[in-house]
Amino acid sequence: MNKERKIKFNRVSMIAYFIKGSKRFFALGVILSLLAAFLDMISPKLVQYTVDEVLKEEQAAPAYVMEGMELLGGRLYLREHLYLIAILVILTALVAAVCRYLYRVVNSIGSERLIKTIRDKLFVHIEHLPSSWYQQNHTGDILQRCTSDVETVKMFVSEQMTALFRVGMLIALAMYFMLGINKKLALISAAFIPVVILYSLFFHNRISSSFKLADEEEGRLSAIAQENLTGVRVVRAFGRESFERERFEKQNEGYTKMWIRLMAWLSAFWCSNDLITGLQIMLILVTGAVFCVRGELTPGGYIAIVSYNGMLAWPVRELGRVISDMSKAGVAVDRIRYICNSLTEDEAEGSGDKEIKGGDIVFENVSFSYEDDREVLKDINLRIKEGSTLGIIGATGSGKSTFAALMNRIYELPENCGKISVGGIDIKEADRHSLRKHISMVLQEPYLFSRTLKENIAITKAEVKEKELERAVSAAQLKSTIEKFTDGYETFVGERGVTLSGGQKQRTAIAQVIMNDAPVMIFDDSLSAVDMETDAKIRKAIKEKTKGKTLILISHRIATVQDADEIIVMDKGRIAERGTHAELLEKHGIYREIYEIQQG
Amino acid sequence: MPSCLKSTAFTGRYMRYNRDKEETVSLPFFGVPKLIPYIRKYVPWIITMVILGMFASLIDSAVPLMQRFALDNFVGKKTLEGLKVFIIFYVLMIVVYMIVNFFTTYLCGKVEMSVDRDLRNAAFNHLQELSFSYFNQNNVGYIHARVMSDTGKIGVMMAWRLMDIVWHGSYVIFCLIMMFILNWKLALWVAVLVPLVTVLISVFQKKLVKLNRQIRELNSTITSDFNEGISGAKAIKTLAVEDRIYGDFREDTEQMRSRSIKATHYSSLFTSSVMMVSSIALGLVLWRGGIITLNGVIEIGTLSAFLTYSLHLMEPIQWIVMTISELISVQVNVERLTRLLETKTEVADTEEVIAKYGGTFDPKRENWEELEGDVEFEDVSFHYPDGEEYVLEHFNLKVPKGTNVAIVGETGAGKSTLVNLVCRFFEPTEGRVLIDGRDARERSILWLHSNIGYVLQTPHLFSGSIRENLKYGNPEATDEEIWDALKKVCADEIVKNMKQDLDTDVGEGGDSLSTGEKQLISFARALLADPAILVLDEATASIDTVTEKRLQDAIKTVTKGRTSFMIAHRLSTIVDADIILLVSDGKIKERGTHKELLEKKGAYYELYMSMKTGMEIG
Repeated sequence: MNKERKIKFNRVSMIAYFIKGSKRFFALGVILSLLAAFLDMISPKLVQYTVDEVLKEEQAAPAYVMEGMELLGGRLYLREHLYLIAILVILTALVAAVCRYLYRVVNSIGSERLIKTIRDKLFVHIEHLPSSWYQQNHTGDILQRCTSDVETVKMFVSEQMTALFRVGMLIALAMYFMLGINKKLALISAAFIPVVILYSLFFHNRISSSFKLADEEEGRLSAIAQENLTGVRVVRAFGRESFERERFEKQNEGYTKMWIRLMAWLSAFWCSNDLITGLQIMLILVTGAVFCVRGELTPGGYIAIVSYNGMLAWPVRELGRVISDMSKAGVAVDRIRYICNSLTEDEAEGSGDKEIKGGDIVFENVSFSYEDDREVLKDINLRIKEGSTLGIIGATGSGKSTFAALMNRIYELPENCGKISVGGIDIKEADRHSLRKHISMVLQEPYLFSRTLKENIAITKAEVKEKELERAVSAAQLKSTIEKFTDGYETFVGERGVTLSGGQKQRTAIAQVIMNDAPVMIFDDSLSAVDMETDAKIRKAIKEKTKGKTLILISHRIATVQDADEIIVMDKGRIAERGTHAELLEKHGIYREIYEIQQG
Repeated sequence: MPSCLKSTAFTGRYMRYNRDKEETVSLPFFGVPKLIPYIRKYVPWIITMVILGMFASLIDSAVPLMQRFALDNFVGKKTLEGLKVFIIFYVLMIVVYMIVNFFTTYLCGKVEMSVDRDLRNAAFNHLQELSFSYFNQNNVGYIHARVMSDTGKIGVMMAWRLMDIVWHGSYVIFCLIMMFILNWKLALWVAVLVPLVTVLISVFQKKLVKLNRQIRELNSTITSDFNEGISGAKAIKTLAVEDRIYGDFREDTEQMRSRSIKATHYSSLFTSSVMMVSSIALGLVLWRGGIITLNGVIEIGTLSAFLTYSLHLMEPIQWIVMTISELISVQVNVERLTRLLETKTEVADTEEVIAKYGGTFDPKRENWEELEGDVEFEDVSFHYPDGEEYVLEHFNLKVPKGTNVAIVGETGAGKSTLVNLVCRFFEPTEGRVLIDGRDARERSILWLHSNIGYVLQTPHLFSGSIRENLKYGNPEATDEEIWDALKKVCADEIVKNMKQDLDTDVGEGGDSLSTGEKQLISFARALLADPAILVLDEATASIDTVTEKRLQDAIKTVTKGRTSFMIAHRLSTIVDADIILLVSDGKIKERGTHKELLEKKGAYYELYMSMKTGMEIG
């Protein structure tokens, strides 16, 4: 299928890939925010000229200001009609507010597009990774990459990168205006900027490791509570409440102490930063006053410079934090990149395009071992005719389940390890998707999606026919269970709904497979959590409903496989015995032994 | 599909699946009165914090006055006289501000964390004593959120949110007072804008709160989508439903996209309009203030102070409104947590019992009697607290010391009821359960539990080493005793083959062991506790025949000489029991020995035959 993408992403190309659809919004956003910042800068200027030229008569403003005043009707007219200036101030503010509003919305459109791109890409990629990948990587870890790391990257692009631009330009603009009013004061103000940035950068770098530690402590505390709650019966039954209490309170105390210490550091930082900012403001105020007295500065200019200086205080302080946070983004991108650079099933193992038809299954000299060299299957030769039933029995770890996983290419059979064909076609040449649709199976540990029961049972069907549903449900002996639920078929199961018992889950999965009605059906130990009586009923129903299908039953229980056309007994990866139930009993081998144990 | 159509179509799945919608609750005074017992200790801290905060905001609001002073006294009079005093005073002010600020924030953090910690301890400890009906009615995730996140939110509320309101509130008040002192007529022009801005903010805030809630819900939907995509990957592949699942996921991310943009739209409208009002205030002051400055009523310095005040007045109001709406949303957490803390334990010891035998956390073991193991149900009737229907009616049963009782029946028939009563996880609605001839309620719960061994169908292990898990049954057990117990249940070989034998980590919930291994370990754990009464929920789960044989032997070893109650699924266990109880539809239908029941040819006979024939040559 799509074999073309073998190129791996690096940090830059990864970000470039993600922001492809959204970068124009970010660019527009930066322009709008600059416009807003510029207009904000105008307002102190207006106040300055009003104070200097209209209220007093300093005559120090540049020519264009004078011309502007003339245009509005001249000084005397403005004195009489001060509201004109008020309107001008408000109008400027209005335009600035509109720009700022647009900037935020445009930036949000960009960042939401970005995060959607990342999420969708990750999800679809994860769906198509080979199963070995899920074993090598922890669910919690992948989940974190898909949630908090994605948020971090979004913040980096939409907030931090734009903030860097914005604050940088804000400083430049403010400097420009301040320099125009009074050079010395502008330089005093500017001198503090690197100090504040470096100080907060230094601090945030120092503190981030403590934050991480505190987070870990919280994780530990949360895990203790979680285990206590899930194990509440064990705690009570052994009378270990005091032990649990001590353990929790100790961890809680440690966590609390850690945070209080961290709070002390944070307060110290905030306050020392306040001190720096406060001193800077004071310095400008005092020197500005001195310059005014000396006549180097007009009162209006003085007020304007104090305003500009105030405008810079917060953004500059934030800049240090932004820069220190940006280092985290690199790590987050790497963590996301790891997923996107993992090869999908088709890329790693190749895929054919043949459609599978028919239900004959042939194993020729199949051997298989996992990546840790543990050999699970050795020299398996097997022929299952369309419409017949095969039973597989054996101890845990004898390789029973591997049969199923190899057949639908959940595990890929390596080169030179034999051949499996379904309907006469080597499965290596088959399209994965169509192969899996062709072979329907109940997994050993069935997985239900957080949807309604009905949707779970009919997950493979685009449309649900009530009759089919009823048929599948009654065959799986699930009908009475469903009737007990208040919402019936619409009962929401899985993560946030009713939790089903092991047996109910298995029966739901069985209904799913019957509903699916594929030519090959595999039941991998799928009645283990059901009591004997129900087990028998289901087996009977399955037998009736699956006429003409190729059936593979994998189990520990003799009862489950005894009716099969052929039974194979697996032992340490090999087929130890094969035959019908009666034949095997006469052999007095492993099968007989298992049979006797189970008879009690 | 056009994008406008998309969003309505997508609402379907999103709305349908969100069963656990966030509720809103409205409590008097934001629920603070309900928390008083837990925060009483910290009231002095909180008061100090509030006073310090007000002081800091007073200094904050005085800064424009410094500017006014500089303008009027130095710039206006063209003299530098008194500059030194001014600078000294200013620096002093900054330093005092810094110190006050430091203590305020530090105290705030301390109050937050202490309240948080105390509430968490209270909730956790209360949970240790709550009866099982609570755990049956609420799932673990829900309870966990009460302990871990509600407490945190309340901590933040009692410290930072309170501080926000005090700080910004007093800033607004101080600013207004100073403006009125400087010139009340000019101040009026600004003051009229305050109600306007408050109304404006409240309108937007309401919208925003709603949107933000939807975004939070969507966020958790997306997280669980991912979780499903990862942990359900094998199932998705096997079913070949990648496209369908991915399609649904994209609906969710699309929902998220459009809602988030909408939320930004409102929030920026909101902040922009607050800034607009600030600018209107500035314009008004420039106009009216300019006129009176020209007339010589006020000086330039006063005008400049006014300009600064009018610019900075509106933002704190925005903060206050935002804080209040946050307080409103925290009420639901207060309500949920206090509901947990107020939940009464349905099974509790009486005061006399506690006086003699001690409570859950302070047992008086010296007064504990030896437990022999005679159990008797005397005219017991019982229904579950969350149900009306009686599952036991006038039930009588004598179980002498050392008797093995097997409870059989279909899945979900109510086999655990008897076990729950023996363990005193629940108490009879009527009648008595006698332990060694005395009502179970005459001795403490902890006494009983310390003498009962309990093996669950789905064995629960704690994360930690195998040794730690085994010691859970008996903290004083030596390694020798541990190995002895393992040997008795035939698990010694298995443990020896592990990488670090007893020190092997079992993983979260014991996940790195197989189900069979977990079963055996939990048998050994029960054995170490050396209980007089053993309760056993036999596993139906899939275990291979060899392990199965081991388990059967282990069950025989463990139950020998002890009073035992077994929820049994295996023929061998059932047939060997001294008393068999057959449960159907929550009620005990038949009882007797295997032989008696077979002769009766009733439900037990049928069950036995169907289990038996399941094995026979078909």
